[in-house]
Amino acid sequence: MTRSPASNVHDNPFMKPMEWISLALLAAVIFLVLPMLLDAFRLNLVGKYLTYSFVALGLVICWGFGGILSLGQGVFFGLGGYLMAMYLKLEASSIENTKIQSTPGIPDFMDWNQITALPWFWKPFTSLPFTILAVLVVPALFAFVIGTAMFRRRVGGTYFAIITQAIAAILTILIVGQQGYTGGINGITDLRTLHGWDIRTDSAHNILYFVNGGLLVACILFAQYVKRSKLGRILLAMRDKEDRVRFSGYQVASFKTFAFCLAAVFAAIGGAMFTLQVGFMSPSFVGIVPSIEMVIYAAVGGRLSLFGAVWGTLLVNWAKTTFSESFPELWLFGLGALFIAVVLAFPNGLAGIYRTYVEPRLTRRVKALEPAPAVALPHAAE
Amino acid sequence: MAEDKGNGLQSALRRRLLMGLAGVPAIALLPRTSFAAAPPTSAVNTTGLAVTDTEVTVGILHSATGTMAISETGSIQAEKLAIAQINEAGGVLGRKIKVIQEDGASDWPTFAEKAKKLLVNDHCAAVMGCWTSASRKAALPVFEQYNGLLYYPTFYEGLEQSKNVIYTGQEATQQILESLNWVAKEKGAKTFFFIGSDYIWPRTSNKIARKHIENVLKTKVVGEEYFPLGHTQFNSVINKLKLTKPDVIFTDVVGGSNVAFYKQLKAAGIDLSKQTLLTISVTEDEIDGIGGDNIAGAYSCMKYFQSLKNPNNEKFVAAFHKMWGEKTVIGDVTQAAYLGPFLWKMAVEKAGSFDVDKVVAASPGIEFKEAPEGYVKIHPNHHLWSKTRVARALPTGQFEVVYESPDLIEPNPFPKGYQ
Amino acid sequence: MLGDYSLTDLSSIFVMQGFAGLILFSVYTLMALGLAIIFGQMGVINMAHGEFMILGAYMTYLCSGFFQTHLPALFPAYFFVAMALAFLASGALGMLVEWALIRHLYKRPLDTLLATWGLSLILQQAYRTIFGPREVGVELPAWLIGSVQVTDTIEIPINGMFVMAVTLLITAGVALLMYRSRFGAQVRAVVQNRPMAGAVGIDTEKVDRLTFGLGCGIAGIAGSAFTMVGSTGPTSGQLYIVDTFLIVVFGGAASLLGTIASAFSISQTQSTLEFFLSGSTAKVITLLSVVGILMLRPQGLFTLKVRR
Repeated sequence: MTRSPASNVHDNPFMKPMEWISLALLAAVIFLVLPMLLDAFRLNLVGKYLTYSFVALGLVICWGFGGILSLGQGVFFGLGGYLMAMYLKLEASSIENTKIQSTPGIPDFMDWNQITALPWFWKPFTSLPFTILAVLVVPALFAFVIGTAMFRRRVGGTYFAIITQAIAAILTILIVGQQGYTGGINGITDLRTLHGWDIRTDSAHNILYFVNGGLLVACILFAQYVKRSKLGRILLAMRDKEDRVRFSGYQVASFKTFAFCLAAVFAAIGGAMFTLQVGFMSPSFVGIVPSIEMVIYAAVGGRLSLFGAVWGTLLVNWAKTTFSESFPELWLFGLGALFIAVVLAFPNGLAGIYRTYVEPRLTRRVKALEPAPAVALPHAAE
Repeated sequence: MAEDKGNGLQSALRRRLLMGLAGVPAIALLPRTSFAAAPPTSAVNTTGLAVTDTEVTVGILHSATGTMAISETGSIQAEKLAIAQINEAGGVLGRKIKVIQEDGASDWPTFAEKAKKLLVNDHCAAVMGCWTSASRKAALPVFEQYNGLLYYPTFYEGLEQSKNVIYTGQEATQQILESLNWVAKEKGAKTFFFIGSDYIWPRTSNKIARKHIENVLKTKVVGEEYFPLGHTQFNSVINKLKLTKPDVIFTDVVGGSNVAFYKQLKAAGIDLSKQTLLTISVTEDEIDGIGGDNIAGAYSCMKYFQSLKNPNNEKFVAAFHKMWGEKTVIGDVTQAAYLGPFLWKMAVEKAGSFDVDKVVAASPGIEFKEAPEGYVKIHPNHHLWSKTRVARALPTGQFEVVYESPDLIEPNPFPKGYQ
Repeated sequence: MLGDYSLTDLSSIFVMQGFAGLILFSVYTLMALGLAIIFGQMGVINMAHGEFMILGAYMTYLCSGFFQTHLPALFPAYFFVAMALAFLASGALGMLVEWALIRHLYKRPLDTLLATWGLSLILQQAYRTIFGPREVGVELPAWLIGSVQVTDTIEIPINGMFVMAVTLLITAGVALLMYRSRFGAQVRAVVQNRPMAGAVGIDTEKVDRLTFGLGCGIAGIAGSAFTMVGSTGPTSGQLYIVDTFLIVVFGGAASLLGTIASAFSISQTQSTLEFFLSGSTAKVITLLSVVGILMLRPQGLFTLKVRR
């Protein structure tokens, strides 16, 4: 791995030509094909699905590359979503809008729970910059605390998975139980405007869809950067032979914590975008069930493939919507079978199928067309 | 045999319709002639709803899968029965109702998504649906934004009144106050112990009950306990009951917790024929899972029980059993869901239009004299005037009505002095 | 709140409350035992554990119906038959699952988690298709209902004591099986060193299958016992699964003793808090302290010295 760093850098361009093509394909589908083909309602749905793919992307990094399976990504998705929802809810609860309440100016669910003043931790969320900062920082900090506590003590594998799952369960119970502060099981609903801009209109949905797509591509590029960097290679090495990496003098725990935090931030961005596009947030995105479903998106796409994560998310959700509209019963059998099939037959998911069956042929074609794309394309990128 | 069934239904319907005709002369609904008299679509539909010359599309949005399927199945069945009966009788403004059913899958965001689909893609003229408060809260902004019309069947916490929703169940004061008065008078109750699931409906209901007990009845609440949804261990709270010995145990526990609570109550030797227990969360549907033996003797307050003795209800129960099997039980919400399509039909015919704004404007004052619960009327606040009834659970899983409010109770979703 | 009551009242309440705690402890132990065997001994996370429990509950339901219509004379004793059947049914399904699914995944423990989650979705939907979405009521024989009057004021629920007795028997049985029998020795040998165990002539595949079947069978018994205190529906398994996992994690994965200790501490904390505070608050405080302790001591209360 470290035998010849020079040749390593040379052989390891930012993205291989096939990856550039994948990126272009994904961008074309997100920005051109889908908006042209779908009506406003379906496009908004796709936008919602794409927010899940942020989570799947994070899972590729921490599960695929780092070997850390977190079953609590819903926690971070939910945190991002809730923090954003707090801002939007405060904006929707102007004194004007809430004048029928006994205490106007606070969110409606607080009023129903006899809370008469805004709790202190809600107060900073009147500021949009603070909210955006919080969406990025709070989940990262939370992941950092969990990660440090676990990885420093070398808790790994299945055990880590169960603990994250327990955390997801507990957070759900907390949110549901503290309904005066969180909206309880109803969640935070009826969100209207973002800094005065009505997010419920079709045009707003369109704009948010494109913002969401842009953020997703940015996250993919950042993930690619991490994957390609030394850090990414250490992660891979760690997943395969943790002790050797440790004995080589690396702080294994810090690398794992970093991967976990990065996944958390991605999930939180997804959550915040979800709240903006769907118009509410509820504890049903925080618990065990959504967390595991998000893992299956990454698994279907291929746990080692950044692009696969997005395709997997889109595919599973498309299937879910289609089948649950016509055969709700069949859908649950199908989803269950999908879990089993992905694990038993296609451990590398869509990306694995692509790599084994499609890519070899494509590469042959591309090579036949273009003698040396491997050199040309990275230059174009820089 | 199948033909036989159809005829039975039809003749039952004719009778019902004739009665309706006598009762509501303002509404012209002669079954056969209404087809010929169907007004042109351009006149009755100016907002682009899914209405053709022969059909009008209505959505049904409940959970057919997931944890709430247990409760919502009955509502789906009741709505389908009502729509079948309306179609049998000639439809609405000469148009047959076409149903698009969507599955909310016990997941609140899915309710919002599917509500949007029903309004934006399918242009449903009305939607019968939602069950839990959470699903309604999730879907409500969608109905308000796209100016849809929702008929919501469940008894709920109140504190809400939307132009786009007709609430066919009771709000909290309608369900609670009269039954508390009854228990205070009949049983001489002085002390109450509240046990509920921890979410908005039980908390709001108990808040209203507490104010009534303390301020109006001038008696005492000796305990108030909430458990997370799905909680299954109640031995500690049962010990507290034994310690405080309240005159009345007042419960609003829901879902699987309900089953666990009554089983453990019985096991702990609390005899419901001696200890008064008043619940606002147990209907015939819940008793199926709890087991009649475990809850026999408890009092439930609802507006409807399957065992109600009146001609409307006998017809309703017979039609329901014919369509969905003899063994199905009919709970309070199921009956409230059955009202939705009829109330909508009458409002449409009064307005002479499917346009949501006109239907909404026509709704207050609509009376449904064939309601299985007896008689209901839409209040300007979009809730129903209806009676409150208290009934004792029997080991058979049915209820025996012991009290019925003499008058219709006015719905009051924002009760002054109870908030 | 205790000021107004007489001393005898208070003392009898404390006795009953102690029993309430013990009953909760039994329920938790019974829930977690099967999972602890599978997870602790085999490293497999069985997310379908709750569904195996509910299979046991449905077997009990079927049994009660069968005895009522065909053998009403033997109805009082049906519960024992039901428990045996629940064990066999869940155990057999467990072995089938092990053969079809789990054995391919021993080298990828994280993937067993996903596969068994898929299995749990399939089982839930299967129950819904077969038994309907509603909860079913399980009829109990008369002797299991009601309570024992110990003194004038102390009453102990019979079904609670029954659950305690079942838990005690099962736990003792498992302990004997694991630490005093040939099979137990084989299981432990396979856990510690699979190739070596195979080399000395232990049929490791058979041991795996039986262990998994045993864990699932115990889940079935638990489900059967819980029909007395809880609900039986297609999704009831989910009510238990979170608590179950917390107990196993808190106890330290690979230790049966840890599981029991953790069930004891969580149940006592919760039951005591529930008495003095409201139910929901008690649950939150219990869970928060569990998480707090897990943050400080992520490996749980008891651990084997294994570094993964």
